Amino acid sequence: MSVTTRRTRLAAAALAAITAVSGLAACGNDDDKPAAGEKPAKLVVDTFGEFGYEELVKQYEKDTGIKVELRKTAQLAEYRPKLVRYLATGKGAADVTALEEGILNEFKPNARNWADLNPLVADHSKEFLPWKWELGKAPDGRLIGLPTDVGSLAVCYRKDLFQAAGLPTERDQVSALWPDWKGFHDAGLKYKQGSGGKAFIDSITAVSNGVMFQGNGDLFYDKEDNIIADTSPAVKNAWDTATSMADISAKAQTWSPEWSGGFKQGTFAATFCPSWMLGIVSENSGAANKGKWDVASVPGGGGNWGGSWLAVPAQSKYPKEAAKLAEYLTNAKSQVEAFKAKGPLPTNLEALKNEAFIGYTNEYFSNAPTGKIFGESVAKIQPTHLGPKHQAVKENALEPALRAFESGQADKAKAWEQFTKDAKTQGAF
Amino acid sequence: MSLSATTAPPSPAAPPSPDVDRRRSRGRLLNRLDVKYSPYLYIAPFFLIFGAFGLYPMVRTAWMSLHDWDMIGEHSFIGFDNYTRLFSDEYFWNALVNTFGIFALSTIPQLLLALFLANLLNRTFLRAKTFFRMAIFMPNVVSVAAVAIVFGMLFQREFGLFNWLLSLVGVDPVDWDGQRWSSWFAISSMVNWRWTGYNTLILLAGMQAIPKDLYEAAAIDGASPWRQFWQITLPMLKPTFIFVVILSTIGGMQLFTEPLLFANGNILGGSQREFQTLAMYMYEMGIVNLNSAGYGAAVAWAIFMIIILVSLFNFLLVRRSAK
Repeated sequence: MSVTTRRTRLAAAALAAITAVSGLAACGNDDDKPAAGEKPAKLVVDTFGEFGYEELVKQYEKDTGIKVELRKTAQLAEYRPKLVRYLATGKGAADVTALEEGILNEFKPNARNWADLNPLVADHSKEFLPWKWELGKAPDGRLIGLPTDVGSLAVCYRKDLFQAAGLPTERDQVSALWPDWKGFHDAGLKYKQGSGGKAFIDSITAVSNGVMFQGNGDLFYDKEDNIIADTSPAVKNAWDTATSMADISAKAQTWSPEWSGGFKQGTFAATFCPSWMLGIVSENSGAANKGKWDVASVPGGGGNWGGSWLAVPAQSKYPKEAAKLAEYLTNAKSQVEAFKAKGPLPTNLEALKNEAFIGYTNEYFSNAPTGKIFGESVAKIQPTHLGPKHQAVKENALEPALRAFESGQADKAKAWEQFTKDAKTQGAF
Repeated sequence: MSLSATTAPPSPAAPPSPDVDRRRSRGRLLNRLDVKYSPYLYIAPFFLIFGAFGLYPMVRTAWMSLHDWDMIGEHSFIGFDNYTRLFSDEYFWNALVNTFGIFALSTIPQLLLALFLANLLNRTFLRAKTFFRMAIFMPNVVSVAAVAIVFGMLFQREFGLFNWLLSLVGVDPVDWDGQRWSSWFAISSMVNWRWTGYNTLILLAGMQAIPKDLYEAAAIDGASPWRQFWQITLPMLKPTFIFVVILSTIGGMQLFTEPLLFANGNILGGSQREFQTLAMYMYEMGIVNLNSAGYGAAVAWAIFMIIILVSLFNFLLVRRSAK
């Protein structure tokens, strides 16, 4: 073997090693800060589900000359781990990041990950639903998020199944059936009787969500963020109401195949609909069931389930411009446009009064005036303080315990014990 | 001038020019360096990549496990507290029991079936061998997520195929994800479906490496195929079998996707954690709960230690029984 071929091999090996090393090094930092006042060429916006920003962003590009990249993730469950990674590693986050109620609360104790919007945007505190605006603030006073939408509650019900079971079908009459939760249960029992024993609602966890968010006091945390899940009257009320509905429940866990299939098969006749749920109901039920669904009011007054804010991560290179973009996306005009495009319910007071919003009817739901229904219930929403790990306690302590009771794996006392024990571990922070 | 220069006779004992000498010695030095160090360079890419993606995360996880670590906030050193907490953590033990339950339900029948199938495919009289060998490997090519979703549909309570079949013979529908035994059964059936063919092929390769003349000699001595299998195939297959057992152990201890998708993506694995595996518990503590990442890291290291222990145990067991 000649020296030259050996040398080539040596060189090749060295090259391979260098490539590997430099490949790794390429994952390193590029923290070059832009000069002050420099206009960004591009801003990135991260959203989950459907925010309806496509057209709005195009307009923004035309007005400002700043390119906007819209990164959409279908589900919150996929979105959250990505966001956690961006924050934990300090890079990759979008300039404008949508935060759902649950994650916003989780991020509040570490508010330093987010830019304070107070000095960056004009004072909008009077323009939004006051409680929604307050929830966007961290305990240290920092304004983390500008309000986007709110998940006002209603009841979606199947007219054809109601009729077959001998219940009224017209939406005002249906709403009149259940002024309170007792009335709702009675209607369920009547439906069960009239339909030959069929289930009325999808699950009792859906009921507990509905009751909890009606704002009857602190839920899992008190105002000082101490966990009070086992003693909170509001939680006990939601628990008792939910467990009392087990006899009219289809025991279909939300998002499970039994649940999504149930819409088409008619295994239940009613479910709780925050406005963002309408799209999911119509999608699961399919075109064949168009016009069979309708929307009535929720028992016991308005409530809120879900809703989001727009925030600017502290790692953004252009916090000022990003805040301006968030400001633009949440103004009254934009919120009405987004509602018409994809349905997120406005939180901007001016948008809620807008004719185009109030006059909107939903064709799939028997032309129900959803703008009017949800718009009215928005006004009735009471502010609810949600603690830092509200979402974890709800999803990993309350709902599993309710399901264990619902499916007969645990009796009421044992299920409650399971909930209070898990609430302590899930709620610790 | 030039002519005389070219015709000048070379001096008979001209010493080699110093330049040539230097070049030669430099060549020798390069040669020596090449022989000595270039093998390290050849294998360097693996070690660099292993260091970055294997070793570093392990060390970092160990470091994290000694802290009270918030994923997006502060962290403080707490020594071995996370590990002592593991011992009194009911849900950790629950996950351990689930993991071992599903592991036993999937590994034992799977390896027995794989052994049987490999022996069948190893027979000389079998036609269309390649077809069968490829067919048996097919399930492994399908993505885990697809398998879990399809099996999840088959095992549904309301509209599932298995409950429909049960109803034909008059058995009440089973709430598959509602109880321990049924959920374990459903999850291990996914694992079995996916990995039996893979293990069959490895065992088959091991069988093919056994010298044919051993069988011929045994046949001449009048040994039945069954006896040949016990006396020749199994003992000779021992190293391959140990390999397969250890692979299955690692896979079984890390079981994650199947139970997660079976629970519709809920990390708890059933309303009372009926089928939450160790890997799911690690993910719940380390990733889902932002502020217990240190504890999640401790769970990860516990899984690592358990895999080593179980592999060692399996290794000893298989070695003894094959003797």
